[in-house]
Amino acid sequence: MSAAAQRLPDQNQPASAEQPVLLSVEGLTKHFPGRGGRIVHAVEDVSFEVRKGATVGLVGESGSGKTTAGRSILRLVEPSAGKAVFDGVDLFSLTPREMRPYRRRLQIVFQDPFSSLNPRMRIAAIIGEALDARGFPRGRKRAERVAELLTLVGLSPDHATRFPHEFSGGQRQRIGIARALAVEPEFIVADEPVSALDVSVQAQVLNLLSELQKSLGLTMLFIAHDLSVVEYLCDEVVVMYLGRVMERGPSRRVYAAPRHPYTKALLATAPIPDPTRRRTHVALHGDIPSPIDPPSGCVFRTRCPLALPACAETIPPVEAVGGGQFVACIRHNENAS
Amino acid sequence: MTLDADTILSVRDLKTWFVTHRMTAKAVDGVTFDLKRGETLAVVGESGSGKSVTSLSIMGLLSRPGAIAGGSILFRDRKERVHDLAAFGPKDFRKIRGREIAMIFQEPMTSLNPLYTVGDQIGEMIALHEPVSRSEARSRALEMLRLVEIPDAASRLDDYPHQMSGGMRQRVMIAMALACGPSLLIADEPTTALDVTIQAQILDLLRRLQEQFGMSILFITHNLGVVAEIAHNVVVMYGGRVVEQAPVNDLFAHQRHPYTKGLLACTPNATRDISPDGERQALYSIPGSVPPITALPPGCAFEPRCKFALKACREAPPPLVSAGVGFSRCIRSAEL
Repeated sequence: MSAAAQRLPDQNQPASAEQPVLLSVEGLTKHFPGRGGRIVHAVEDVSFEVRKGATVGLVGESGSGKTTAGRSILRLVEPSAGKAVFDGVDLFSLTPREMRPYRRRLQIVFQDPFSSLNPRMRIAAIIGEALDARGFPRGRKRAERVAELLTLVGLSPDHATRFPHEFSGGQRQRIGIARALAVEPEFIVADEPVSALDVSVQAQVLNLLSELQKSLGLTMLFIAHDLSVVEYLCDEVVVMYLGRVMERGPSRRVYAAPRHPYTKALLATAPIPDPTRRRTHVALHGDIPSPIDPPSGCVFRTRCPLALPACAETIPPVEAVGGGQFVACIRHNENAS
Repeated sequence: MTLDADTILSVRDLKTWFVTHRMTAKAVDGVTFDLKRGETLAVVGESGSGKSVTSLSIMGLLSRPGAIAGGSILFRDRKERVHDLAAFGPKDFRKIRGREIAMIFQEPMTSLNPLYTVGDQIGEMIALHEPVSRSEARSRALEMLRLVEIPDAASRLDDYPHQMSGGMRQRVMIAMALACGPSLLIADEPTTALDVTIQAQILDLLRRLQEQFGMSILFITHNLGVVAEIAHNVVVMYGGRVVEQAPVNDLFAHQRHPYTKGLLACTPNATRDISPDGERQALYSIPGSVPPITALPPGCAFEPRCKFALKACREAPPPLVSAGVGFSRCIRSAEL
């Protein structure tokens, strides 16, 4: 081990580990009413922290509750229980009026750049609307601000007079980012911002997000299903399955040494662009169960290769396993590699 | 019409154009490739590359104003007869589709009829091509559901599509496609709408079925990871043309076209893109975006986004030339 590594207690900790916690999500739960009085357990007792200036990735398959969790934090859907403490204030305890200043401080970038921009508005008006919400005066100043924002996201100021249909998917996503940045937020929830884009364009948008984060000091919750994108972009990762957190921790640790069987399976099934490393077996059988009637105990046990009878009895606690890594599995010690 | 004995499908200089009084969109413009018996050929491309139009042309599923404007699609049937599908009419296709060539799509929900049980739909497919009784069709449908590994198949036979998950529905689509034992399966982004763990299951199933029945697969996708998992040979398309073609190991080891090179380089890879001290390097990116098929540049379609472009690239579309063990449509392929 090098001298530098010895001086640092844990070289796997991201640089932002020294930073204060900006958002702390505690026991976030969201239930939707289902048919016949049944309850859809979309998000169940989710907790994690986001340090200032860090990017935290929320990963999971469809139905894992990652998008609902992200939207609940912004109260775009009303959470059923829990807390989201942002800069010392629990957002869930605020009245709609009290929430308004926080709507400026926390913004969202949506997945689909085609449906999230009003096709009948010019770009200047789309971004201007966000400036309105902030009480930005109309007039020349505003036009200058719009031009500045467009330049910031790599578009040209004369794009302001155009309509959304005149842009490609990647450019539209840049407009969505400019709109989110118009109110100078501190925190951005990016909900699958590149999944609707062509592969050759994804890298541009990822680079843009990464640069903006550095230059503007943004804090980001990055929701995605693409594991390689999250590994690249995120300092920390939260792995969700059927509404619950299975594992979380610094990305480098979780990717290098996953401790939860679900994380292991996810990493093992993501296709790698290397035909010489072709896999011969399927890591995970079956489908994700319905969130209306989730399995008792550990929600993953019905697909887990390591499940024991005990897994059906109690919900495994999320336990710290060192280095900032947390795992919800009663057999996590056997998974240490 | 000659076809090598081991070739099942040969697309030659295929042109599929969408002609309106205002413009001509050359969605597929001179595409050539061969698919060998029992192999999987992946056609890779982004939106607007022409990959899906190519597969629809082969199946005779083009809708107006799209039509084949030139070239041939030679297909060898089970009796070793060679047909040119490019010259087929709707009646001819009815004899081939389902029985000789079958197709599965990205979104199984929109390809299944929500009003009929999956057993009925698979049975209908069989009854359409073979003289079977109702009960025979039903037991064959059950056999197919077991073949595609649907758990508890007997009880799922009477399920409606909405009662199944996305992965199960794609299995039903595969069961239906394979019910009459086609020798060619066209799979158009069959795993794109599925989660990674389910995608792995479906890819595994397709590989196993191919081993078992020896069918050939034309696999359309935009995902290079999936290509690496399933393909024997790869065709990369851009702007309606083939830009590179090679066996899968060669393509991933050494790309002979700047577009393929760029596609592989811009997929995030933490071991390459994050330095050992944890510093994130900017991702390699291809500037600009995929051009609309109606506004392709006069020269090489990739030229406006290409780092290696020369003046000559702007003048005329480069020919597909031999490069390594494959082909590349780039005048600088030897230098890459």
